[in-house]
Amino acid sequence: MLNLFFPEKTTVIVGLEIGTAKVAAVVGEVTDAGGVNVIGIGQCPSRGVRKGEVVNADLAAEDVRNAIVEAEKSADVEIASVYLGVTGGHLTSLNTHGVFTAASDDHEISQPDVNEVLANAKVFSRPSENHVLHAIRQHFTLNGQAGITDPIGMLGGKLELDMHVVHGVTTRLQNPVRVVKGLNLEVEEFVFSGLASSLALLDNEQKQMGVLVVDLGAGTTEYVVYADGVIKHTGILAVGGDHVTNDLSHGLRMAPARAGLLKREHGAATIEGAAGQTLTLTNENGFPDRRVNLEHLRRIMVARLDETFQLIDEDIGEQGFHEQLRAGVCLCGGGARIRDIEKLAEEVFGLPATLGRANAVGGLRSATDDPELATAVGLVKYGAIRQKSQRRVGLVGKLKNLAGSLGLF
Amino acid sequence: MTSTETTPTTAPAKKQLTIKVFGVGGCGGNVVSQIHGADFGGAQLIVLNTDSQALAQCALPYKFNLGLKLNGGLGAGGDPERGRAAAEEDEVRLRELCTGVDMVFICAGLGGGTGTGAGPVLARVAKECGALSLAFVTLPFECEGPKRMRQARRGLEEFKSAADGVICLPNQKVFKLIDENTSVIETFSTTNELLAQGVRGIWQLVTRPGFINLDFADLCAVVRNRHSESSFATAEATGPHRAKEVVEKLLTNPLLDGGAALGEADALLVSLMGGPGLTMAEVNRVMEQINRQTENAHLMMGAAIEEGLGDRLTVTLVASRQCSHAADLPKGVEPGQPEPQPASRGGEDFDLLGSAIASKPVTRTAVAKPESERVAVAVAETGMEAMAPAPVATSRSWRSRKKAKAVHPELGLETVTTDPFQQSEPTRHNGVNLDVPTFVRRGMVMN
Repeated sequence: MLNLFFPEKTTVIVGLEIGTAKVAAVVGEVTDAGGVNVIGIGQCPSRGVRKGEVVNADLAAEDVRNAIVEAEKSADVEIASVYLGVTGGHLTSLNTHGVFTAASDDHEISQPDVNEVLANAKVFSRPSENHVLHAIRQHFTLNGQAGITDPIGMLGGKLELDMHVVHGVTTRLQNPVRVVKGLNLEVEEFVFSGLASSLALLDNEQKQMGVLVVDLGAGTTEYVVYADGVIKHTGILAVGGDHVTNDLSHGLRMAPARAGLLKREHGAATIEGAAGQTLTLTNENGFPDRRVNLEHLRRIMVARLDETFQLIDEDIGEQGFHEQLRAGVCLCGGGARIRDIEKLAEEVFGLPATLGRANAVGGLRSATDDPELATAVGLVKYGAIRQKSQRRVGLVGKLKNLAGSLGLF
Repeated sequence: MTSTETTPTTAPAKKQLTIKVFGVGGCGGNVVSQIHGADFGGAQLIVLNTDSQALAQCALPYKFNLGLKLNGGLGAGGDPERGRAAAEEDEVRLRELCTGVDMVFICAGLGGGTGTGAGPVLARVAKECGALSLAFVTLPFECEGPKRMRQARRGLEEFKSAADGVICLPNQKVFKLIDENTSVIETFSTTNELLAQGVRGIWQLVTRPGFINLDFADLCAVVRNRHSESSFATAEATGPHRAKEVVEKLLTNPLLDGGAALGEADALLVSLMGGPGLTMAEVNRVMEQINRQTENAHLMMGAAIEEGLGDRLTVTLVASRQCSHAADLPKGVEPGQPEPQPASRGGEDFDLLGSAIASKPVTRTAVAKPESERVAVAVAETGMEAMAPAPVATSRSWRSRKKAKAVHPELGLETVTTDPFQQSEPTRHNGVNLDVPTFVRRGMVMN
């Protein structure tokens, strides 16, 4: 094998998420068996990001550097390249459809045919300033027979393909990439954060049964729908934990920092057991300062979370995915730490809800158990999948692919 | 005696002062109309407004529509920013209007758009053209709402920094002057009349000779570059005890806060006017009582005989407040603004002092800038000069004064904002802004 002479350069894979609340870098290594182990974590509170997008590049760069340095120390490796998670309200997704028609019905489907149908599916109308982030293959349909995963070698005259495409405004996607490149780090690929989170949390069985993954971040909430083993739908709401904090700061008339503390200490996604209770806050000297009605606090929180879930529910309901989600709802992100959040999700979606754990990877339990690190862990997993497929393809495959793509133009 | 008569008789020397009275905005227009109605010759009355309709209703010959391009003659909509923008659009015209003028009165009602926004621009332009700018402004009634009041306060601050002097008439105080049954029209015409009186009083002060003379230079000494807020009051009395009564009336005048303003004043201008029967004893009595009220003030008095007054005695009083002067001191130090002027003028026309003014060049820069001002402001200046000798030494020329002006010091404090959504676009979903708290949008009541 050529790979013996040109071994894969990268043995460690780093996932970097520049989030609204924190920057997280997770270092993973691919085991011989093809599994992924997390060997290091670096985190830093984020200051230059609002609603998932970089607004202050200098601050963001500083925070990324801190997180990377910490990750390097913790994993004892030198980080040269990262898989970068991107998000933001500008991202849009849609399902596209590609068709290839052969001259006759007894045509044997070959790789060039598949390439052509792939290229067809990627042609859709999008604003010229937008960049396609992902084009994810769903299923092939051959002469009306749906649900085919690999049509090569089959006979048929009409090959169709469904694809899920995520695209966003190029300039806004470039912002985090520039921050990372400014630190002399290579960006291998940038990946939609919601997709990365779902990779970390789900096993193949869940994907097959159908599941909704909701990543409740500080600035944005991403959601991904899997059914029949493939991604059917993705979405993003630029609403998150910061909005909860902001609501509390408005409703309880206090500084956002204090509202954030109260949210973490006394917040819950239910009003039960809060009626008539008050909290006595202390000032910096430890003296009683003011009293806050716990029920109000909870009601403000529930109103926001309930609304967020309802917006997601409406969106996936429109597409008719409810019946296909037999594995229910899987929650992750910082919002998954809110007490009784899964009960609220069950109520709104009418589906069983669970808190997601990064089961798909091994290694440091602190990383895999932390719902906030799901995206970064998922990015490592994504990197592993990509590198594996590249390795398998090898040089010959690469040449083949190249020829195929040349044939297209 | 009408003013037109006064013109030729009263020392041709003084009459050469060019005075323009501007009415800015709706209220300003009304005041100017009122001034026009009274006998008030010798000064050009100009109405500026952003609202062409209001301008059309105004009977005065000189009017100008500000910001026609910007607002289309539809007014400033109560927004001072638009008023300001309108005035800045037509700054060249304003500059033309102010060139060669010695004194500019700006009448405006604060709280709206045009007066509040455009007024300070005009004051600045007038000042840059070298005219002494005096603003006569009203503050809105309290019932007009806190927003107007806030705008008005901000406008007043801008006026204070732009104009040489601001004479402020809070409408609310006018309530004390009128009885309960006064109609709305009368109330407003009372406030307009008060402002008109102020303008007229000052105008008479500087244009008519008196046996104890007060002139333009004296006025400059009290107001120039002080950026102070002044109160203004006038009182009239007749009869044998008129000297005593007139002071009593003054001291109970709500516009002077019942005499409190006198105690706070650091510069005071008193003008007495009476018929030919005015005795020195009466003048003495009035001044004695006023002096008693204001021990520290730099007091300037004038007395004049006006045939038409008969046995009436009128006293006009302008009091510049101490606090604002004190607040102004450091301001004066940084840009070195006030000093250059007396310096640049002092050398030229010493003989302009008082009624000795023989001829006056048309350019305003050469106007009466006599020693008296140097003396008058000396109290303030000595301190300043000690602190900032450089500007005095270097800023002999007009250009350097402008230069110094451009350097407004800025305190480099970092703006700290804790807004979680700053710099990010609002999250909209089906036309709803999701950044607004959910409980607010759902109308949930929290108490």
